[in-house]
Amino acid sequence: MHGAFRAQRFGACKLKVKVNGKVEDVAAGTTILQYVESAGYRVDRIAVEVNRNIVPKSTYANVGLHDGDSVEIVSFCGGG
Amino acid sequence: MQSKETTQDKLVLGNKEFDSRFILGSGKYSLELIKAAIENAGAQIVTLALRRANDGGLANILDYIPDTVTLLPNTSGARNAEEAVRIARLSREICGSDFIKIEVIHDSKYLLPDNYETAKATETLANEGFVVMPYMYPDLNAARDMQNAGAACIMPLGSPIGSNKGLATREFIQILIDEIDLPIIVDAGIGRPSQACEAMEMGAAAVMANTAIATAGNVPAMAEAFRKAIEAGRTAYLAKLGRVVSKGAVASDPLTGFLQD
Repeated sequence: MHGAFRAQRFGACKLKVKVNGKVEDVAAGTTILQYVESAGYRVDRIAVEVNRNIVPKSTYANVGLHDGDSVEIVSFCGGG
Repeated sequence: MQSKETTQDKLVLGNKEFDSRFILGSGKYSLELIKAAIENAGAQIVTLALRRANDGGLANILDYIPDTVTLLPNTSGARNAEEAVRIARLSREICGSDFIKIEVIHDSKYLLPDNYETAKATETLANEGFVVMPYMYPDLNAARDMQNAGAACIMPLGSPIGSNKGLATREFIQILIDEIDLPIIVDAGIGRPSQACEAMEMGAAAVMANTAIATAGNVPAMAEAFRKAIEAGRTAYLAKLGRVVSKGAVASDPLTGFLQD
């Protein structure tokens, strides 16, 4: 909520965040949960690292993205 | 009818017991075939790999694996212990499974595992409560290192990954079976049901296969053939193989001399 309020107030404020190696513009105040849901990920199928630290699933709604963050979103695929 | 010995025979890894001794890999299949392969294999443990999620996680492999199956993420892609530990932690965050197959490879030609880095990752992850299943080159000293580091089993390779060449390391796997007091699970290179059966006859606790099934002409049928071979090999091991005579022959029939006396 706080994040959304800030984003509204500083409407043009964008963050540069690197997600899986690609730099993206993200609205200030965006949480991990907001990001992964808007990008179409299923929370129960992924794990998220921000700057090499795992973000526990239970905290996605509370952790905000910051300018310059490096985010990895991973999931399972077939493997031996 | 199954004998009492085989019905009570369980594979124990961490705090779980398994009836199946066939660990199935999930690589190189179409998603539609995975379910049939798992069913026909009777597999209770299936391996997975971790990668960047670029597809939004839709058509996810987890949707094709029955809930009753224990997920065994691997650390493929890791080139050292640190990367393997990172992948293991991320994998546990997705699926909640403590099981991890450690795979540390920095040789892209032969894809041989680095036993030293694997032992380091094993120690770190075992201390974090993982059920660690290290994939390794079958070396007795390194296997002892894995055991001391807290490994739940040892996974020696039969031959290079994906080669379908079978038990090229047979003698060294036998040494591990004889000397290491942990389940020895033959992984990598097993190409035919007969090779899987042979590994089980030798006393391997389980066999893991992927390419042999995924590259077969009929995937579900090959999964079934491997299941039967692994069961046959296990039963034969428990039954204790008959002896081999070094010279000459020994008649199976009573020699009564009926026609000569």
